Amino acid sequence: MGLTYRDYLREELFPQMWCAGCSHGISLTAVARAMAALKLDPAETVVVTGIGCWGKADDYFKTHSFHGTHGRALSFATGIKVANPRLKVLVLMGDGDGVTIGGNHFIHTARRNIDVTAVITNNFNYGMTGGQYSSSSPEGTISTTSLYGTAEPGFDICELARAAGATYVARTTPYHVTQMDKLLAEAIQHKGFSVVEIISSCPTFFARYNYKVTAVEMMRLFKERAVDRERYDALTAAEKAGCFLTGRLHREEKEDFHTKYARLQQQAKARAEREVV
Amino acid sequence: MAEFKFLQGNEACVEGAVAAGARFFAGYPITPSSEVAQAASVKLPPLGGYYIQMEDEIASMAAIIGASLSGLKSFTATSGPGFSLMQENLGMAIMGEVPCVIINVSRGGPSTGLATKQAQGDVMQSRWGTHGDHAMIVLTPSSVQECFDQTVRAFNLSEKYRCPVIVLTDKTIGHLRERIEVRGPEEIEVIDRKKPDCAPSQYKSCAPDDDGVAPLPSYGDRHLLRINSSMHGEEGFLNDSPANATALVRRLWDKIEKNVSYIGKIEGYRLEGAETVIIAFGIAARAARRAVTLARAGGIRVGLVKLLTLWPFPYAQIREALDPNCRSLLVAELNMGQLVLEVERLFKDKKILRVNKWSGEDILPGEIMAALKEAGC
Amino acid sequence: MVKAKISEIVILGERCKECAICLEFCPRQVLAANDDNKPVVKNIENCSGCRLCEYRCPDLAITVKRKEEATHG
Ligand code: SF4
Ligand code: SF4
Ligand code: SF4
Repeated sequence: MGLTYRDYLREELFPQMWCAGCSHGISLTAVARAMAALKLDPAETVVVTGIGCWGKADDYFKTHSFHGTHGRALSFATGIKVANPRLKVLVLMGDGDGVTIGGNHFIHTARRNIDVTAVITNNFNYGMTGGQYSSSSPEGTISTTSLYGTAEPGFDICELARAAGATYVARTTPYHVTQMDKLLAEAIQHKGFSVVEIISSCPTFFARYNYKVTAVEMMRLFKERAVDRERYDALTAAEKAGCFLTGRLHREEKEDFHTKYARLQQQAKARAEREVV
Repeated sequence: MAEFKFLQGNEACVEGAVAAGARFFAGYPITPSSEVAQAASVKLPPLGGYYIQMEDEIASMAAIIGASLSGLKSFTATSGPGFSLMQENLGMAIMGEVPCVIINVSRGGPSTGLATKQAQGDVMQSRWGTHGDHAMIVLTPSSVQECFDQTVRAFNLSEKYRCPVIVLTDKTIGHLRERIEVRGPEEIEVIDRKKPDCAPSQYKSCAPDDDGVAPLPSYGDRHLLRINSSMHGEEGFLNDSPANATALVRRLWDKIEKNVSYIGKIEGYRLEGAETVIIAFGIAARAARRAVTLARAGGIRVGLVKLLTLWPFPYAQIREALDPNCRSLLVAELNMGQLVLEVERLFKDKKILRVNKWSGEDILPGEIMAALKEAGC
Repeated sequence: MVKAKISEIVILGERCKECAICLEFCPRQVLAANDDNKPVVKNIENCSGCRLCEYRCPDLAITVKRKEEATHG
């Protein structure tokens, strides 16, 4: 009998450490469901995390794990994957970890098309340090370090990923769990750098400061504002402003780093042998 | 099979790494260490190894940590500001107990400082650069041959103690060319990390054996490996209890500091009857050796202790090597006085002399001679 | 409509953080809050066994068991 999604989780630790209604718990179990759906071998799977609320996720998995310094998760993952290409490497990062302090590593991992999956929970702020704005906070965001609103726009993480060379890009929300499960599984199966952005809720900070709403109301916002490509294209510009695109946004077949590097090693070996002769 | 080659110090480090079994290098170019990266990029791919040029030194350090945990012996090389950027993940390697080697070819600072000139200004950065209480192994070659030998030794110590090891060379040694003996893996001692021999379900990533070191499987093995940069318990899961923090930091410290007799290494020269002993490492030790020869010829009773291990500071070895007649120690180093602080702290019974230089030039034997004369030796 | 005969819902109150997500978004209003603001099963016969409540619960407090299954999966 195969493993169920709960077999990938340390269920004895639940309830987990996150605040009531924080969507990280939903994303966590969705990642486990994707593992189960793909029948991943826990001994061939590495969960890599950085720092932040979502960065605590590794503690809950019964796989290999790596919990490291803030923003560097993709660089650790690059070493892990390049040195053992058999592994499935899942990199769980928030918006602060993944595209703010880790922005440089993010674009370069995408450019290299390293075959790992980045699961980025974007809740538009730093939850763990007390609700400060991040590089994904929309302009005008109220946070504990921007009580007057921010004067800088936020990154569109999926656009950034695609522009930098990611070969699979998708966005979903914790309301859309069925879609989330499907996209995560697709991303993990994809050969090359895949990114799934999960628009997430931080009821304790971002939701409270900016919308004065609860976890449930954040979920309702996700339900109302997330639209797929077809519906999105039919919207007027004004309507678009209140919505965000979800679903698979980009997928292309391109050789990943390792495939190219293996060829390079062969050529280097042949040349070294010639030169010895 | 041993071969004689005419190599640069930087190239010899790569030869040593390869002989020790290294198959993964991640780095970022920086003067005067770039030849290490260049040599690695040529040597590793034909061996089925990897050279990957990262976006910065933070990522380089991270990538070698990741690759080491996937089972490949890994190293990087850097200098000056690049070494400063590595400090963050050097701490990660200490806390996560990840074997890896960092070749630091030091240059003049602070900041971008003297990019193409000489210095030994990283005595303290290599010891205390990353935050928090920790022990650190730093090896210091003073010739091209020693670049080879010490890099081999660095890998061996990192595998034995599950920790990062720094090979601290300098601009002059890195670029110096000398004829050396490059030995093959079968002619040198190669130590590999200890793998778990228990059942996978019994394995705990951070539960030490009697030697204070836990066995280390690779990602992909049946023994699930959990590496954690935050304070963690024996299973690798977060544990910030005061008792656990006290015990873990102590263990990480002790596994190195309690093994100074094995890790520490010095080389004595003309110590018999020496009333004054020079303590130096790297290029400065070569100038000091020449100064000793000259001084002895002139009847001055001087000797030299060359440090092959800078940290943990090989205090007991030095103490034992000194002649009972030794009254003063002269520390010669290419900085304003960093190593001398440790010597002063530990040798309160001796008169301490210093020769320091931070101009970007090497210390000359004559300058050491002058200092000896001035001190009335 | 097929009368649901499929499900049994197990709720672990000690894991529940009372976020109300499961209550709010059950497509068939199967769940209701008790005095402690934790979910209880109100009308199991309406349940389609879609598992959205289980999957949306951040704390694994809900298990939807289909009758023919020994365990969830
Ligand atoms: S602070 Fe925000 S992101 Fe962090 S656990 Fe709480 S709700 Fe979630
Ligand atoms: S399984 Fe579906 S229908 Fe049944 S209680 Fe849960 S959400 Fe409602
Ligand atoms: S979703 Fe889970 S935690 Fe939230 S109220 Fe329902 S059972 Fe409780």
